[in-house]
Amino acid sequence: MTVSFAAAVLSSSIVSGTSLFYAASGELVGERAGVVNLGLEGLMLIGAAEGVAAASLSGNPYVGVAAAGLACLLANLIFGFLVIERRANQLATGLSLMFFGFGASALIGRAFVGALVPGLPRIAAAGLGPFDIVVWLVVPTALLLWGLLFRTRWGLALRAVGEDPAAAFAAGRRPKLIQFQALALAGFLAGVGGAHLSVGLTQTWDEGMTSGRGFIAIALVIFSKWNPLWLIAGALVFGGAEALQLQLQARGADVSPFLMTMVPYLLTLMILAFWGWSRRSVAPAALGRNYFGVE
Amino acid sequence: MPRDLDLALIAPVRLAFRRCAPRAIVIAAIALAAFALVLVIDGKDPVRAYRDTLLYVFGNAYGFSELMVRMTPLLMTSLAVALPSRVGLINVGGEGQLYMGAWLATAGALSFPQLPSWLLLPLMAVLGFAGGALWALGPALMRAAKLVNETISTLLLNYVAPLIVSYFIFGPWRSAESGAYPQSPAFVAAARLPSFAGTRIHPGFLFGLVCLTIYGVAMIRTRWGLEMRAIGGNAEASLRLGIPVSRTMIVAMTLAGGMAGVAGMAEVSAIQGRLVASLSPGYGFIGFLVAWLAGGSAIGIVIMAFLFAVVSSVGDILQITQGTPYAVINLLMALVLFIVLGQRNLTGGAR
Repeated sequence: MTVSFAAAVLSSSIVSGTSLFYAASGELVGERAGVVNLGLEGLMLIGAAEGVAAASLSGNPYVGVAAAGLACLLANLIFGFLVIERRANQLATGLSLMFFGFGASALIGRAFVGALVPGLPRIAAAGLGPFDIVVWLVVPTALLLWGLLFRTRWGLALRAVGEDPAAAFAAGRRPKLIQFQALALAGFLAGVGGAHLSVGLTQTWDEGMTSGRGFIAIALVIFSKWNPLWLIAGALVFGGAEALQLQLQARGADVSPFLMTMVPYLLTLMILAFWGWSRRSVAPAALGRNYFGVE
Repeated sequence: MPRDLDLALIAPVRLAFRRCAPRAIVIAAIALAAFALVLVIDGKDPVRAYRDTLLYVFGNAYGFSELMVRMTPLLMTSLAVALPSRVGLINVGGEGQLYMGAWLATAGALSFPQLPSWLLLPLMAVLGFAGGALWALGPALMRAAKLVNETISTLLLNYVAPLIVSYFIFGPWRSAESGAYPQSPAFVAAARLPSFAGTRIHPGFLFGLVCLTIYGVAMIRTRWGLEMRAIGGNAEASLRLGIPVSRTMIVAMTLAGGMAGVAGMAEVSAIQGRLVASLSPGYGFIGFLVAWLAGGSAIGIVIMAFLFAVVSSVGDILQITQGTPYAVINLLMALVLFIVLGQRNLTGGAR
């Protein structure tokens, strides 16, 4: 194992971890407000397809990323309408959103299969990189989200809604509005994550190209204890499993990529079991429950 | 008609048909109209697509029989969700349990190719059951020990199971004749479930119906069913009444996993004839939605599974006649679900 190998793995973990980070940070904001969204995989696919479509039509990759964010924001508002306004079951609605994403992304991306879109320009700095702007924005985004959640009144209200919406309402907050705001932000971030995969990495659209990353991102939220700063470390670990496997394969090492891909899932499960054993629950208390109060 | 039988079987059927069937038709109509709009925007002809589907599905016996084929795995994966839901457990892991069932059944088929069919098929079914059951046992034990919530653990394991399958078909079981899409060697004839006269309907369909019937009756007519419903209603109170809560939860979850596992066994044995990576187009997830839409009722599951079978055949027809990617059909499925989920009166109370 040489230095160049370690550097290659690290750089590749950062790149693979980026789309995971954005998708997971969106999920984190939603879950902090008490809404679990199993449709993240579908959202990321919509982001990836929309990103390629918009980048291809406009010729500008930044337009692609922004359009992907907006498309997913809108898709997540459909989800929000069902779970918040219509009080539908969050798990069932999330899975429905996943299927919606499978279908919508196939439809959006169909005209762009095989098209190569302009990629995001890459910048090298501080001996790292070259990475594109979305990668460079990971740490600022994490800090911003942390500040938003833990150092603003809005963040306090959002977390209160995630713990006990009725109490938050009694304290003069509007749980439904806050959940909608959280889901809009979550959708945008998931769209950026999906678009980074297509516009930032492969520069093409391929049906089902997220291949389970949306679910890894959900595991990642748990792994990082619903904290945006831990999310950076988590994204590196989860992205690292993917990167290590690619680098080992490229060097002809005889390690099954499938066994390596399992590691993050099993690791998350073990960590969860450990928390359960030590009785340290950190999940938002009202996660997955519908708020039946008035507003 | 004895009153007991009426309560157990006829009344729920009548109720299900009166409530569920009209609902399914209205939902399907709205969703088809919305999906038609999507197709028109995409420059396709929805009238032609729907007419082709109707002609194919209801116009000839083979097309209709294909609906049963599509329903088969859904019957079992939705039972795998409905059963634990009675004790208040949420099993989102049908997909993974199906893959593990298929995997262990394949291990049986590849290890004992010399066995006669009457011995090999039951062995594979038992192995399929065991594979799914073991995959659900872990989450059940962790839940019973209050370590990890079963929703999260079953969800995570969904992604591990296909990786195990991929490891084997890319590695030890890789067939020499497989090209770009690795697969296991083809099963011997004795390891293939027979199908009925010229169709692809296999005994798995009957098995699914029988299991659903047993489930429906057992829930109402047995002490065990009553205990399960009591636990689902209030686990704490049930525990104080002396009902073995943890044990019942573990058994329900394990049986459920086994059911999904048998669905996997039936897919490889009857439909694929070998283990492939793309074994299921999300049968486990669709099963969750079917069970949830049916509110856990056995008859409701059959009706909703039928609805989803029709939806997926629309996808096939669109792909064949108008070149639309098959994945687009997920949009129709999602529209159906969104409409149902948006009906507050029907779903608001049922969590």
